[in-house]
Amino acid sequence: MVLPSVLQPLAGGQSFLTAPADTAVTVEGVLDVVTGQYPALSRRLRDETGAIRRYVNIYVNGNEIRRLQGLATEVSPGQEVLIIQSVAGG
Amino acid sequence: MATAQSYVLAIGTKKGLWLATSPDRREWSLSGPHFLMSEVPSIGIDTRDGRTRILVGVRSEHWGPTVFHSDDLGDTWNEPEQGAIRFPEGTDAALERVWQIHPDAESRPGVVWAGCEPISVWKSTDGGEHFELNRGLWDHPHRAEWGAGYGGAAAHSIVVDHTGEKVHVAMSTGGVYRSLDGGGSWEPRNKGISAYFMPDPNPEFGQCVHKIAADAAVDGRLYAQNHHGVYRSDDDAESWESIAEGLPADFGFVMLTHPRRAGTAWVVPLKADGERIPPEGKLAVHRTDDAGASWQRLDVGLPGAEFNSVLRDAACVDAAEPAGVYFGTRGGSVYASADEGEHFAEVASHLPDVLCVRAAAVSPALVSGSAGPGAAVSA
Repeated sequence: MVLPSVLQPLAGGQSFLTAPADTAVTVEGVLDVVTGQYPALSRRLRDETGAIRRYVNIYVNGNEIRRLQGLATEVSPGQEVLIIQSVAGG
Repeated sequence: MATAQSYVLAIGTKKGLWLATSPDRREWSLSGPHFLMSEVPSIGIDTRDGRTRILVGVRSEHWGPTVFHSDDLGDTWNEPEQGAIRFPEGTDAALERVWQIHPDAESRPGVVWAGCEPISVWKSTDGGEHFELNRGLWDHPHRAEWGAGYGGAAAHSIVVDHTGEKVHVAMSTGGVYRSLDGGGSWEPRNKGISAYFMPDPNPEFGQCVHKIAADAAVDGRLYAQNHHGVYRSDDDAESWESIAEGLPADFGFVMLTHPRRAGTAWVVPLKADGERIPPEGKLAVHRTDDAGASWQRLDVGLPGAEFNSVLRDAACVDAAEPAGVYFGTRGGSVYASADEGEHFAEVASHLPDVLCVRAAAVSPALVSGSAGPGAAVSA
């Protein structure tokens, strides 16, 4: 999973986090694994109900998961999951 | 006033936190921003237990809300690993914003209350590092009928009496609720407060209260600034009566009370619901010293023309003698008075919209040790 620079301090300074997988897993599963030891990072991405925050965008294979199956979107072994914040704001 | 004092004024804005320090409440040094690009709608300065802890509710549009605290006047900030305020499983709710952080009485060190959106009240017993949801209010049968004010569905005022058993909470929009058992159970207490915008203008609950505050010296006396209407209760909110006569407008967001003296309160009137500017564009604080029987206009040192409003928590008093009065505008100006509002001076200008200010006396050693520019804390 690729993190934007602003979130990297919450993951021990890492820009990439990896999750072991032999078969396809869901985005939710990837998030659970890679943020498991970084609870503050987890809170930045998802709220208490598990929902992705409104202005957090997650891409799999170049597609934003809200246009796919959301958190149930499958991630194949070796695929990158990109976290990109929206450019919304003022 | 003891000379071995310094003062800190914390200014929460739409885009970060600024800290001002002063040796005398007249000359201020400003540092910041902290949490740049995140709004800071709530601040609590907890000076109990021989420590000065600044607690801030921070909300990023991207990364959501959280609570940070600093024990070194903003040199470093700490965020509890699991989050200070998290809705428990089964509530199917997520924290949207922390509207209020209220350190409890000196006699109850470590106890800190929080009011949040969605409408909820929380209590910490460890200095604000972890809060528990108040289930009595969360499970209240009225909750489904509480609405959201324009700014959001907020529990924004928490008033706890000296016993810790009597707690008043004000919410937009639900009105005033009272607990007589320390927060175990709650009942609406809005008799006499008009809700002119509802089909029944005198409902049991649903009033759009903007802020409440307790009289420091008269047990059972409360003041309320409503969405049109300024009120006083002398019976623990069993009934309310208007004290708006003598004010240039009965709309506004602010309600402050003196830290020690009976009958003294401050409001910042705004013209009307539809305009929300100082009357005639002339900003002024109004103070009563007789529990609302009369009001004095205070505008020395304030600008001749000002068209920005002052939000509900963008005003505060300190506990010094005489009491200091502070407020900030949505235009990013912050004003301070060291003499209960008789004279104001501008502490900061051109900041983002001011959402919250809090001031306290602190150790001079703490002020001299704090960093100048202010740390930017990511996310």
